[in-house]
Amino acid sequence: MSVITTRPGAAPLHDDSLVTVRHLSFSRGEHRIFRDVDLSIPRGKVTAIMGPSGTGKTTLLHLIGGQIRPDAGRIEVDGICVNELGRKDLYQLRKRMGVLFQSGALFTDLSVFDNVAFPLREHTRLSESMIRTLVLMKLEAVGLRGARALMPSQLSGGMSRRVALARAIALDPMMILYDEPFAGQDPISMSVLVQLIRTLNDALGLTSIIVSHDVKETATIADYLYLISDGQVVDHGTPEELSHSTSPWVDQFIHALPDGPMSFHYAAPPYEADLLTGTSP
Amino acid sequence: MSDWLAAWGRFVLEWLSQLGRASLFLLQMLRALSFLFSRPGLLIKQLHAIGVLSLPIILVSGLFVGMVLGLQGYSNLVDFGATSSLGTVVALSLIRELGPVLTALLYAGRAGSALTAEIGLMRATEQIASMQMMAVDPFIRVLAPRFLAGFIAMPLLTGIFTAVGILGGYLVAVVQLGVDGGSFWGQMQAKVQLFADISNGVFIKSAAFGLVANWIALFQGYQAAPTSEGVSLATTRTVVDTSLAVLGLDFLLTALMFGVW
Repeated sequence: MSVITTRPGAAPLHDDSLVTVRHLSFSRGEHRIFRDVDLSIPRGKVTAIMGPSGTGKTTLLHLIGGQIRPDAGRIEVDGICVNELGRKDLYQLRKRMGVLFQSGALFTDLSVFDNVAFPLREHTRLSESMIRTLVLMKLEAVGLRGARALMPSQLSGGMSRRVALARAIALDPMMILYDEPFAGQDPISMSVLVQLIRTLNDALGLTSIIVSHDVKETATIADYLYLISDGQVVDHGTPEELSHSTSPWVDQFIHALPDGPMSFHYAAPPYEADLLTGTSP
Repeated sequence: MSDWLAAWGRFVLEWLSQLGRASLFLLQMLRALSFLFSRPGLLIKQLHAIGVLSLPIILVSGLFVGMVLGLQGYSNLVDFGATSSLGTVVALSLIRELGPVLTALLYAGRAGSALTAEIGLMRATEQIASMQMMAVDPFIRVLAPRFLAGFIAMPLLTGIFTAVGILGGYLVAVVQLGVDGGSFWGQMQAKVQLFADISNGVFIKSAAFGLVANWIALFQGYQAAPTSEGVSLATTRTVVDTSLAVLGLDFLLTALMFGVW
């Protein structure tokens, strides 16, 4: 994978990027989440965006999907600037994206079959027999063809995510965004999901973006990693490159060290002064 | 004093901003009503969920309200030997006021709160967000069908409530207390007017209540904080706000329709 560095300290611009983020800044109220962030997601690969909880990984997915707009900067998906699109064009672009939400976000009043059929029924004029064939193919791909009649409330957490994955690939998107796909999964479910993400990416020619803080599982399937903290990309590279990185950020995150550049404590006034002089909570 | 003024200022600004958001929300819902031409099935499903499933509470409440009206009316009119007017009293009370108002209040408690909780939970569990990410407009797929179904269901439920109420009044007055059946129906037929009473009360009032009740319920659900406390608060607000809005609006509409000034 050839990489072109755009400016000192900037994240690389891959020679075939599907997603390009340039000079991204975003705040929620007084809290600045991203400061002049650059990154690019190579087409056809699995790219992981990692970092501690609360660093804005999910917010980055929302920005790429156009759910929120940045304060400054450009986010391009397949050459289209997401943050400049109107609602109609954004919806057209989203038909080519799949999103796996952390909770699965299955429609609770629809069966597994109807959940997977939902995007097909909404966006195509296919016959019901064709929709049935497609839904069964997608469910077979995630190993849940036999669970088609179940309701979401009857599924385990891992099964819910696999059904959501089947729904996300229903329209054969060019890209899938995974929001913490391994969070709260037992080891078997996690292993199944890890394999599934890699297999689907290669078999369907997708581009996958995984947001996660599960270092081990993500590193086994990712082709490229970004590590973000404190509103910036602190390091990036292939898993091999990052495993040899001398960066203290990478060292702390990869080895789960409590102390390091990423502070254990949330920003607060001095401890002594807070205890002795403060009156309000 | 300045703190008190500042607090009032903040309250008024927040209220105006909330009213603005609610108005934009209503406009988006009205714009999305075009779904009816391409997806009439969505409306039918919601008519069943909102209208048909509200029938038991409407039928039972209507029957008891009519029976109480029959009893109360009889105990007052009998002193003046005017029990033959009981049919008119029961019918006009139900058609002009009790039918539309009580149906709207019952609707807020049964269907309005359910709509708010459903939409609030759909947001909290990212179902609305996932729909948007699948390029499906939730205003077309979720909100507009519920809004239109509620708007259509309210006058129908009001008509049913009123009819059952009159039947309840008849059962108590004529069957139980021995009021003459001919006078009960005859006086009613002579005094109740199609446009002035039935159109104004059952259709126009209840349509206005239907618009307000569904608007409040869906807006509260859509802007509920994505937590259990947020959904609970939004559900409570739906019932309280709808009740107050219906009662206030009822006074205005009554003054316009039946007022003497």
